[in-house]
Amino acid sequence: MDSLREPIRPLTLDVSNLPSVAFGELNTTWLANVFYMAIEGMMFALMFATYFYLRTRSQHWPPGHLPPAFKYGLANLVVFLLSLIPARLAQKRAPAGDLRAIRIGLAALSAFAILATVFRIFEFTVLNCRWSDDAYASTVWVLIGLHSGHLVTELIETLVLLVMSFTPKMEGTRLADVAINSDYWYFVVISGLLMDFVIYATTRFL
Amino acid sequence: MPVTEPIIEKDRQAHRLTPDPELPRRLERTWRQPGGIWGWFSNTDHKAIGVRFMVTAFIFFLLGGILAALIRLQLMRPENSFLGPDAYNQIFTMHGSTMIFLFAVPMMFQGFGVYIVPLMCGARNIAFPRLNALSYYLYLGGGLLLWIGLLTNTGPDVGWFAYVTLSGPGYSPGHRADIWAQMITFTEVSALGVAVCIATTILRHRAPGMTLNRMPILLWEKLVISIMVIFAMPAVMVASSLLLLDRLVGTHFFNPAEGGDVLLYQHLFWFFGHPEVYIIFLPGASIISTLVPCFCRRRILGYTPIVVSVIATGFIGFGVWVHHMFATGLPQLSESFFTAASLMIVIPTGVQFFLWMGTIWHSRLQLRLPMLWVFGYFFVFLIGGLSGVMLASVPLDTQVHDTYFIVAHFHYVLIGGALFPMFAGLYFWFPKITGRMANETLGKWHFWLFFIGFNITFFTMHFLGLRGMPRRVYTYSPDMHWQTLSAVASSGVFLMTAGVLVFMVNIFRSRMMGEVVGNNPWGDASLEWGTTSPPPSYNFLHPPTVNGRDALWDALPDQPVVVGLRDDIRETLVTHSLDTEPQHKDEDPGPSIWPFLASLTISATFVGSIFTPWAIPVGAPPVIITLIGWLWPRGHSPAPLPGIESWIH
Repeated sequence: MDSLREPIRPLTLDVSNLPSVAFGELNTTWLANVFYMAIEGMMFALMFATYFYLRTRSQHWPPGHLPPAFKYGLANLVVFLLSLIPARLAQKRAPAGDLRAIRIGLAALSAFAILATVFRIFEFTVLNCRWSDDAYASTVWVLIGLHSGHLVTELIETLVLLVMSFTPKMEGTRLADVAINSDYWYFVVISGLLMDFVIYATTRFL
Repeated sequence: MPVTEPIIEKDRQAHRLTPDPELPRRLERTWRQPGGIWGWFSNTDHKAIGVRFMVTAFIFFLLGGILAALIRLQLMRPENSFLGPDAYNQIFTMHGSTMIFLFAVPMMFQGFGVYIVPLMCGARNIAFPRLNALSYYLYLGGGLLLWIGLLTNTGPDVGWFAYVTLSGPGYSPGHRADIWAQMITFTEVSALGVAVCIATTILRHRAPGMTLNRMPILLWEKLVISIMVIFAMPAVMVASSLLLLDRLVGTHFFNPAEGGDVLLYQHLFWFFGHPEVYIIFLPGASIISTLVPCFCRRRILGYTPIVVSVIATGFIGFGVWVHHMFATGLPQLSESFFTAASLMIVIPTGVQFFLWMGTIWHSRLQLRLPMLWVFGYFFVFLIGGLSGVMLASVPLDTQVHDTYFIVAHFHYVLIGGALFPMFAGLYFWFPKITGRMANETLGKWHFWLFFIGFNITFFTMHFLGLRGMPRRVYTYSPDMHWQTLSAVASSGVFLMTAGVLVFMVNIFRSRMMGEVVGNNPWGDASLEWGTTSPPPSYNFLHPPTVNGRDALWDALPDQPVVVGLRDDIRETLVTHSLDTEPQHKDEDPGPSIWPFLASLTISATFVGSIFTPWAIPVGAPPVIITLIGWLWPRGHSPAPLPGIESWIH
């Protein structure tokens, strides 16, 4: 009878041996990063939609301006494409905790991001329009401004991780953060390429 | 041992839980939040932040309600001089903006979601609790900005959607429209942050066994709403940011003289604005889908069709925005398309309605207080839904556009779809939040006063609209013969106000001296009722596992619990998004003052940018410093024990 009075003890699911760090899509921050890329991707998409919507409201496009000059945009295109190599290196070697490769990858990525930011500053000087000229000019400036915000944010994040990689704190989940940082850099590159296509190519070829 | 592996009988005894009387004390020491003022601003417990969202949103509801009462007092009789046109414009703009941006979404999505979702998942805290805390402070900052604006005679006066050209630089000098636009930035950054936290919690922190096809409908709806927020809210941020740029630095997005376009603003706004209606309505529906089976004492009828309907609503909700723009002279083909889409979205809502009715039919219905509000919802929301079907038709919409018929329609939809489920939900989860039951008699007084008052006010407005009374006019001539109906509409406000006062008395009284209840006073099935009322700082002594759609009803007598999470650090369990197989352990980052400090620097930058564009470059370094302070790891390393860390790639 005593055993009947005693409540049944629940069974257990022991998770003590599960790993404490996950890379790739299993990582929760990876998922949040995907959500934030969706949010910011939506903003780019809406700005592109704004650009083409306004284009339907104008007889000439660009209206009374030369299209933005190629040179710094093209230089940045090359910088963005080359920067994919260190970004991928850091991402690839992060799970193994290869600090040397991570430092090289993050340092090179930071250098490319600084170069891209410098080129971007010059890019503003050859757009052949000022934001307050008309709606076309406003859209071009805001599009590049939106992308520049992402570029600078990503540069700061990469620099912080680079500094961290020279401290004992670069371990465990921070290594996963290095890999996620590269994902975000890919997003900055892809949105930059799309923006270049809209600003430079569609004004000339479409 | 993974939960999906069958446990062989002879191993059962070895896998039974060994009681540990010291465990609650150790968990409490690890998970408790710091005290004092500094601690209050460092708190990252989802329950505390959820309650703050609810209390703050309710205060804004009261403020918005006071504005509504002022509007009705002004319109009570013709040529009334109680409010002048300028004050009236500010008041109706503030009423709409407050109710939508500071009350409806923060209460229905953020408040309920942040409090309930982690408990319903069986998790110890929300994912990214610091982001969650930041979201609260930014929301509060947006609310304060708007209301300090009103109190300093800088209240926005351009309607809750701030259409250009009225809100543009040419017609709205000063900073009234800027305050509206920047309030949008605050509240939407907040909603986006919470959406990321809630979606990640649902996809990664569900209890083992709570596979996707066993997930409570409320969690399905919160997931769909989070994804809708992620894709809809950027549109209003783009719209309000472009408006600010037009006003402050001379861009021309909405200036037709320089190649801009006025309708572009409306497209951007309503591409957010209509999904927003479902972002407000779906949380209400999720409460109904939770309460109906509980009070009918049976499983919900048609779980799968309801889930499919919710997902369908999420998709179709993005394809109906132009029905807000039928009077703008768009091509007939697009009007026809959006009429069809607007009619189509009735189908998934209708499916849910019929399945709720089917669940109630022949059930052992317990008409307790929360269920009374559910029936109120059925009545009110049905009327709003039916007038919505009428308005999907272009000729009728054009006829009643900008009249009180529209005002009646959207109050039936929004108060029916959000406020009635909100009161149902507040009464339902009150015992979980406080450990005490709300008073049923006072609750019934609240219901009947509010229900009757609401219908007196808003049903009358249908007739006012059909007789041609336009919205947003501060007064009218006696020759229009609207005074009787207007006076009737205004009289309902007294009953609604009395109802809300009774509710507040009930909540304060029940909080102090309500009947103390156990873990599960309603006998509900979902996991939040499986822990104490109110839940401890760590939510569950042993994180639960799930054996069916109705977790507590389907639990075995010896339903397994999760063991092996460390109690000296804030370890949490991460499971697979689909089958909830345990994947790895994560660590909750714990309380921190940095989200609050970051909210201060971000708020200063946002507010400063209303006055000068230099606020952005000047404000950026402090923002960056506070964010680095927040994210820089401190204390022990992420997983110092045991020995060699094990990682999964």
